[in-house]
Formats: sequence, C-alpha cells, structure tokens
Amino acid sequence: MRNPNHSQLIQFTDKGFYCPQGDFYIDPYRGVPKAIITHAHSDHARYGSEHYLCHRLTKPLLQLRLGNNHYQAVDWGEKVLINGVEVSLHPSGHIIGASQVRIAYGGEVWVASGDYKTENDGLSQAFEPIPCHHFITESTFGLPIYQWKPQHEMYAQIQQWILHNQSNQCNSVLLAYSLGKAQRVIEAASVVAKQIFVHGAIYNSQIALQAAGISLTDVQQITPETPKSALKNAVIIAPPSVDGSPWLKKLKPYRLGVCSGWMQVRGNARRGNVDAGFPLSDHADWTGLLQAVKATGAEKVWVNHGFQSVLARYLNEQGIEAAEVKNEFRSVPTLPSTTITDDYGE
Amino acid sequence: MENNSQPKYGFSAFASLVQELGDTTKNNEKIAALQAYFKSASDKDKVWVIAIFSGRRPKRMVTSTQLQAWCAATVELPEWLFSECYHTVGDLAETIALLLPPPLEIGSTTLQTLFDYLATFLLLGKAEESEKKEFILSCWHHLDTAERFVFNKLITGGFRIGVSQNMLVQSLIDVLQIPSATIAHRISGNWDPAKTDWATLFADPTNGMDDSKPYPFYLAYPVEDKWATLGSPDLWQVEWKWDGIRGQIIKRNNQLFVWSRGEELITDKFPEFSSLLELLPNGTVLDGEIICLENRPNEVATFTTLPFALLQTRISRKTISKQQLAAAPVGFIAYDLLELDSIDCRHLPMKERRQTLESLWKSRDLNKSIAFYLSPTINATTWEELVAIRLQARLVGSEGLMLKRVDSPYQVGRKVGDWWKWKIDPFVIDAVLIYAQKGHGRRSNLYTDYTFAVKDGDRLVTVAKAYSGLTDKEFVQVDAFVKANSIEKFGPVRTVKPELVFEIAFEGIAASNRHKSGVALRFPRMNRWRTDKKASDINTLADLKQMIAAYH
Repeated sequence: MRNPNHSQLIQFTDKGFYCPQGDFYIDPYRGVPKAIITHAHSDHARYGSEHYLCHRLTKPLLQLRLGNNHYQAVDWGEKVLINGVEVSLHPSGHIIGASQVRIAYGGEVWVASGDYKTENDGLSQAFEPIPCHHFITESTFGLPIYQWKPQHEMYAQIQQWILHNQSNQCNSVLLAYSLGKAQRVIEAASVVAKQIFVHGAIYNSQIALQAAGISLTDVQQITPETPKSALKNAVIIAPPSVDGSPWLKKLKPYRLGVCSGWMQVRGNARRGNVDAGFPLSDHADWTGLLQAVKATGAEKVWVNHGFQSVLARYLNEQGIEAAEVKNEFRSVPTLPSTTITDDYGE
Repeated sequence: MENNSQPKYGFSAFASLVQELGDTTKNNEKIAALQAYFKSASDKDKVWVIAIFSGRRPKRMVTSTQLQAWCAATVELPEWLFSECYHTVGDLAETIALLLPPPLEIGSTTLQTLFDYLATFLLLGKAEESEKKEFILSCWHHLDTAERFVFNKLITGGFRIGVSQNMLVQSLIDVLQIPSATIAHRISGNWDPAKTDWATLFADPTNGMDDSKPYPFYLAYPVEDKWATLGSPDLWQVEWKWDGIRGQIIKRNNQLFVWSRGEELITDKFPEFSSLLELLPNGTVLDGEIICLENRPNEVATFTTLPFALLQTRISRKTISKQQLAAAPVGFIAYDLLELDSIDCRHLPMKERRQTLESLWKSRDLNKSIAFYLSPTINATTWEELVAIRLQARLVGSEGLMLKRVDSPYQVGRKVGDWWKWKIDPFVIDAVLIYAQKGHGRRSNLYTDYTFAVKDGDRLVTVAKAYSGLTDKEFVQVDAFVKANSIEKFGPVRTVKPELVFEIAFEGIAASNRHKSGVALRFPRMNRWRTDKKASDINTLADLKQMIAAYH
C-alpha cells in the first residue's frame, strides 16, 4: 500500500513545499531547519535556513550568493535518506546545477520539477523526465503562444544583430539574467566577438562557475578603469537591472537587446523600449511542458508558478488529472510585471 | 526580431519594414526605415504602402471571429485557450502568428509582392467564405511568423503602426524630390490604390482629374504657458475652440465634397450642407468645424452649440432619418478659406484670408443660413483680458481659445509657432477603480484598461473607462494590485476590490441615455493616482449631475 497515512507527501504551505514525513522544505521562502534547493536563482535559494541540500554544481553558487552555511552537496541520482524519506536530485536543464527533486516514501513517488527547460542548452545537464505518481510542474510559459525556436536559430539571430550593430558603429548591449542566461548569451556572442565585456554581477557568476570546473568563455569585467577606447563596437552582457542606469549610459552609442522568453510578444519588447528582443528562455515552452508532463506518466499533476489555471485546465481536458498549486504566500510576481524581469521567473 | 542583413523583396520586405517601424520609438529611425524601403521597393508596392500608412486600407475581407475559428481549428486548441492567448498577447494578428506551427513550404506560392497580395484580397472580397478560408490557410502555411503578423493585420483591416502623415511625407522627399507640402497634398484625398499608379499619384493635380482632393489640415499645438511670450495680442487672431469634427468643404466643378480631418469623405452624412452647392462658387475650399448647433432665435448669425455626444449619434449612422436630423442638427463654423476661384490661397496671410472669407460670406448671403457661421473672432487688447475670456469658454460651449498669428500662412500638419490651442483646464473628479482588462500593443499582458465608478447612495456606478495618464511604473503597480485583488473574472475582465482612487480628468460632460449612469464624459483620462484617498472619499453621481446642470 502506497503512502499509508494518506497525507500528501508534499504539502503547499506558507513557507513553501513541505514534506511532513521527512520534515524538510523545497526552495522555502523563509528560513527553515532543512532546505532542499533546486537551483541558485534568488527566488528559489533564499537566505536563513540551517541546513541546505543541493547539487554539487549549485553549491559554489549558493556560497557566492548566500555566504557560508551548512551545505550538503550531492550528485544527480545520488540517494539520500531524510527521516526515512528517499530524496534524490535529477537534472532539470534550467541552468547549471538546476535539479528536479524526487521524493519516494512508502511506494509513492513525487517529483518537484523546480524550473526546467526541455531543450539541451549544452551548458546545463539536459532535462531528464523522472517517472512518478505526482508531478509538480512549473508553468512560467504555460500558454501555446510560447513556442521557442531552436537555440541555434536564436544564437544566429543574436550574432547577426551584433554584426549589424558593429557595421553601424554601435556597441551591442545584451541584457540577460546573470546566472544561466548570461552564460548562454556569452557562448552565442563569442562566435562573432573576440572579446566579451560583462557587468560585475555576471563576472562573479562566470568566475564562480569556472572555479567549479565548468569550461566557459573568458570574459572581461567592465570597471571604472576600462578605457572608453576598448568599448567600441563591443559586445557587453549585463543583467536587466542596469536598464536605465548611469552605468548603461556610459556605453553610448549602443543598441539594447533583451534575451528573455517574454520577448516572444512584441508588446513586451516595445514596452521596454528595447531595440531588439530575443525570445531565448531557460524555461520550457508550451510544447516542452506538455512533453515533460506526459513523460513522467504522473497520475496527478500539480501546476505551479506561472499560468497555473490555464495549464491545469488544459491537462484536465486532455485526460490528465491536474490541479493548481494555490500559493498565496509566494511573495514574488509570477507574471512579468515589467518587461525585463530581474531576479524572478527568468 | 528578424535581421536585415540580407535584402528582402516584395511582401517580405514590407513585413520587415513593419517590424522595423514597430521596433523603434524614434521618429528619425522610422523615417530612415521608410526612406530605405521607398528607395528599393517597386512602384506598385510603394503606392500600397502609402495607402496603408495613410489609412486607405483595403476593406476587411474576413471577420476576426472567422480568423479565430480557423486558427483554433488549425492548431487544435479549444476556444477558451485561444482566447486566453489573445488576451495575454493583446493583438489578434500577433496571437495567430504565434500560435501557428512553423511554415511548411516557404516560398511555395505565386504571390510575391505586396501588390500581389492586395490584388488577391480585392479579388476575393466578395468570394464565398470557403474560398477565402482556403486562401488564408495556404498563406499561413508559407509565411513566416513576422510575415503572418503583417498578413493578418492586412486582412483584418487593423493597421496602426505609429507612422504619422508627416513622417510619411518626410520619408518621400528623398525619392520624389518635390516639396513636402506638395507631397502631403498629392497623397491626400480620394484615390484608390488599386487603380492609381505611382506616376499618376504624384502628377501635378492642376492637370485636372480629382475635384474632391482636399488640402492637408493645419493643426495647432497646445500653448500651455507660452501665451505670455507671444507678444502683443494685436499679432493674433483669437477665436473660440469648438469641439466637433474638423472638416473641409470643397465645391469644384458643381460638386460638393465634405472631408473629415481623418481624411474620410463624409459628404452624405450631412444633408444640411447640400445647400452649399448653390451658395458657394466653384473652386472654393473652406476649413472649419462640423458641430451640432442651433441658431439662436431672433439673433442673426449666432448659434448655440450642442454636446459632442449628439454629433456622435450622427457620425455612426449610414442613413439619417428626418427625426435624427431634427434631434441632432449639424452646422459648419468656418475658420478659413483655402481656395477661392480655383486658386490655392494658403500662402496668403491669415488676416487676408479671413477678410476674403468674410466678403465671400456677405456676397453669398451665407450669414442668412441657419447651418453656416463664421467663426466669431474675439477682440482683446491685453493678455489679461484673454485670460479672463478663456475662463468663460464653457459657458459658450467651447473648450478654450485658438490663437492664430495674423500674418501666418496656412501650413501643413502640426507645426509649432503660428497657431496655438489654449484649452481650459479639464473637469476633474475622484473615482474608484472597479474593473480592469489587459491592454493591447505595448501593454500586452498588463492590466491597463480600467473602468471607474462614483458613488450613488450605497452603490457604485460606472462613469468612465480610461487607459491613459499613468506612468509605466504606476501601471505596473496597479497591475500587481489587480492581480492580487481580483474578486471575479468575466472572460477578460476582472472585477477588482474597490480601493484604488484616481483623479479622472475630462473635457466635457452631458446627460446620456446610452450610459447606465445617465452621464457621458468626454475624453476621460487618469490625471493622477490619489494614493492619499480612500474609496469613501470619491465623488457622487449627484456631483456629476450638478456639473451638467451648471454648464447647459
């Protein structure tokens, strides 16, 4: 008999996803005794817990962002017992180190997807579907209008744009979240640019990842000492938070490109007054979400983070039992309120 | 963003142009994109681009409901999901372009140019639905996402691309090498892009042909505080600013034409003007205001204007009954004379044009008619006097003053310097936000379209919809409030807890039986967000009714 006491193996509480059997949380919103962290983005990896369990490649990033704490690092597929509950992490393909969390107890298996994308980006370990009874999926881009073009096509567009700007004597400034997206954009840009300049936040992520043994392109940090002459027809990668800042003004003349799934819709790009929007995402598109859900074979799907009601309703109509994760406590916006979401979502 | 490293031709080049125009908010970049297009495109396509960007779109060949249904069936999505997508994207053409699967057979078509596509649209205009459907589905199959978007825009007739008449004219100077005022004139009026070629469009119009051709309107900028710097009031002709439709009346070759500022030929909507066919000499063009008004009994050449809402009942109708004519009588207040004896007199100074206009009025007995009036001029020797007169505007049914330099020519488009509008301050009320809907275009996926209510006893009654007046940052904050404080969802509309109070500004107010509240506001918009006020502090319906009583 599966899960004999009939309570949900994962419950949705005001501190986040909680496993009562194992007495631990997944990506808690507040400090808890024991936290499992899916990946190092700040809306998932929060400060204040006593004990963190994460993937080996996530650990240096948590150290960079949260400082020294009690960290337990594991490999993908490595099984850990917590109060009799079997826990293991599996690649989610979202960013480097990003994991799904598999929880097994009394013959019942739950998988919390965390953030994921189904396309292999060549940097993060590719997403693996994990068979389970209950699958908690994200739904950031859970509408059929979000269907990504293959990465190589997006990279080609970014490269062409850079070349076009160079022929117009302009710098190319690409805004991308410093952890994950920035590394992809750097790889794309390095094909057409000998040198790549980055904002300090991205520099720090890049160094931390290189130190963890990941092979990435070397980048040049922009500092007050960087001579103006070096920044001509240059490629500069910066986090979205620099938009509208004096830091950005110093890079004139430039064209501004934003790399985000939200750029799929013209209005979003126009709202931000950006010169170019590249719908390059670290989240699964509509097709990816549906494939992932089906591949788990789950008998019940819990839809979280994004277009919950839409995806849940659609799955139910397709004969897959699904429910929204009602998560009133989540303090971060789940829809893009500004064009360029910074730390959240993407 | 598709890139333009490779030159594109035909329809593809047009789709890239539309994309480039949408990608930038800078006018000089838009003009540069248009210039580049006009240099390389074929004459046949260029004529259509001018037509489309100046509002001469082909008639809509299908309804948006048909398109939605065909798209939803093609991609096998339930209707509700299609409509979720539509409300998130905020644009039907784009929603469809995004939902369709990648094109299968790019280029597998005989249609190449923009002209080819539009010729087919016109051909299929009256065809059976099934034939239209077949054509549209096959186009969807071979066009890429950016091209599909433009294609859908063309077939649904909705094409607002942020290109002003002025920009279009500026970008044509290069290829045409003729003055901008001439270009503006040639591309205005009644021409059919399907039957007009490039050479004819820009041929010298004095060679005859089009009797209906209007002149481009001269438009004023708001003067704001600059009135104090305009020099002696003697240098200015001062008139009331009327709130109707700006119009041009043309009599040439024994025919009468009435044009609206939106370059729509509206002659048939106003039978009141038909007597001008007798009264005006051939080769006359008048600029003025079309407005609902009544002659003041026993006073020669004086009138009382009626609310704009009344004029609206006339504009929207195709045929007008006697009853409507009696209920909403329309007149023409003449501002200016642009052509007399078939001679363009726009270069003459304002003062001289006005004198000629006055003598025309006298010699033709126009002052005896109950439909035609000369715009009254206001005499004042000091600005202080004018400041005081302006405050009286509402009492005469006007929305402020117009200042026109007495030695100014009649220019083309909106130009700073010679003509100014000096509007009175708007009415303001405080109202509470009760419904919200996601916006369109750059407000895609944000709740930016709001409905506001005032108090009526214990109830809230809606009085206005408004979409403008907040900063992008404020819209984001209100959007977050809406998402967190929705009570119910009716399709795309969310009912919101009545908590946020806004100051709503508007230009006019009138009783209306088309509105549940019994009140119609003119040009409502959000003046500011009153974070200092609570829903209990808002205005009442009684306050609004008092405003109506005070000004009518």
